[in-house]
Amino acid sequence: MSTLAPATFRTSAAGPTPKQRRRRANRPSPLLVAFVLVPFAVESIWVFWPALQGFYFSLTRWDGLEPPTFIGFGNYTELAGDAVFRGALVNTVIWLVLFGGLSVLGGFGMALLLQRERRGVGFYRAALFTPVVFSLVVTALVWRVFYQPDGLADQLLRAVGLEQLIRPWLADPQTALYAVILPALWRQIGYVMVLYLAGLKAIDPALHEAARMDGANARQRLRHVTIPQLRGVNAVVLSVIVIDSLRSFDIVWALTHGGPYHSSELLSTYMYSAAFQSLRLGYGSAIAVVIFILALAVILGYLVRAFREDA
Amino acid sequence: MIRALRTGAFHTGMSLLALLWLGPILWVVAMSTRTFDDIAAHGVGSLPHSFTLDTYRQAWTDGGELRALINSLLVTVPAVALSLVLAALAAFALSRYRIPGRRVILLLMLAGNLLPPQILLIPVSKFSELTGLYDTLAALIAVQVGFGLGFYTFVLHGFMRDLPGEMQEAATIDGAGPGQIFARVILPLTRPALAALGALSFTWIFNDLLWAITVLRTDDKMPVTPALLGLQGQFVSSWNVIAAGTVIAAVPTLLVFLRFQRHFVSGLALGAVK
Repeated sequence: MSTLAPATFRTSAAGPTPKQRRRRANRPSPLLVAFVLVPFAVESIWVFWPALQGFYFSLTRWDGLEPPTFIGFGNYTELAGDAVFRGALVNTVIWLVLFGGLSVLGGFGMALLLQRERRGVGFYRAALFTPVVFSLVVTALVWRVFYQPDGLADQLLRAVGLEQLIRPWLADPQTALYAVILPALWRQIGYVMVLYLAGLKAIDPALHEAARMDGANARQRLRHVTIPQLRGVNAVVLSVIVIDSLRSFDIVWALTHGGPYHSSELLSTYMYSAAFQSLRLGYGSAIAVVIFILALAVILGYLVRAFREDA
Repeated sequence: MIRALRTGAFHTGMSLLALLWLGPILWVVAMSTRTFDDIAAHGVGSLPHSFTLDTYRQAWTDGGELRALINSLLVTVPAVALSLVLAALAAFALSRYRIPGRRVILLLMLAGNLLPPQILLIPVSKFSELTGLYDTLAALIAVQVGFGLGFYTFVLHGFMRDLPGEMQEAATIDGAGPGQIFARVILPLTRPALAALGALSFTWIFNDLLWAITVLRTDDKMPVTPALLGLQGQFVSSWNVIAAGTVIAAVPTLLVFLRFQRHFVSGLALGAVK
């Protein structure tokens, strides 16, 4: 596992070489056009066209059997008065802040602690990273065992004399959402750590050297050298986190299905159950559009950054 | 002295954290080897008082994990291969030639991958019903390829763009066409990026739940991730069997990770430093 860090991004840390361009005035050959068009067509069939349809379906009432009936913005006005939807929206924001914020803090903190090569670091990195390779469903089942009545969580509380706190963690509306966020965080921190380790690796050591010569202490170097240098990685991490948060579905579905009484319902789970369990396909599409609008701002930010220095 | 103390504190703290991360995993592995009677008598929170591997047999055959694993591989291997081939072709043409509108095409393709999948679920499930692909593994492969392509193309584009141009110039002068340049010059140089994306996309597709339950319905066709949820319903309070099923579902991605560790981590960071 000691290879974990040095491997972190030789290829991209090398920096862009001068762009080599072929100067040919003539049109690209048919083969090249096919190289682009075939993948583009595949993505169009399975992504672009469905996305457009999704917007249209959100303006319809549809049970999946009869053809959809156009009802304008009816679904959206219904959403505005739907308490379950509002709860899911609030939970999604809580998810975004807690899951997103804590995984950035945790991942960054771990990356700072583990950036320097020293004995044991490879093992610690590997330990934190291991859950990242598991599916969220595997993660969910691991933690379900932990949360079981008389499971590890309860045993630990009993051991430290806090048994009055014991409750059915996933079945109590007060705790269900947080009991689901915890395993999601457990898995995400290792991922964010790897992103930051790559970013830290790419910082020119001469900058730290210069700051040290100028008498900057560790905290000042973190503030004035490391953090400004990580601006690019920060933008990516934030985008990834927001997109991941809005997509979060698996772990909630595996642990609580959004219950009890919608207390751990996210927009993504509500959308799925509205569409595929209540068979309200138009209404489900409208929830999906809301998720899309929330994600849009982030996606645009990400793309602008990705293409600023791009050909 | 202070240095030794600080090192000691570092290792103590990190060991505790590592335990927090590995502990739940080890607990589940231990649980998977306990008998039902042991769990019934001592509870899920107790240390093992028994040892059996029969739980694995139950999960493997009675729980249908064997079939689920086969389904997973039948989906994951072709989906990874197809995605990488198509993405490499697109990235090659877009990065090495002046295709008109190449920026917009690349941007659109990446944007497609960043879409929240929820907006696609209903149309994709209806489209696969319409084409007769609903409830077939082919539908799952197709949607995985379509949805992943944008990201893979974007990453490979960034990689190929930075390759030096001399060899391509030389090959062009020797009369090689784009097909030959792709296969003989660019593709061999792109191997590290392909390995990284391959390892990464394997775990993503293998671990997927949402697309599988959107385009598949029959239990027999479910890959291992959704099948694990089914197992939970089938063996409601047999925590040992559920734990064994969880271990089985986790092993393939863990093996890929251990085998391609370096590529895997570099793949995750590819997006970050770009």
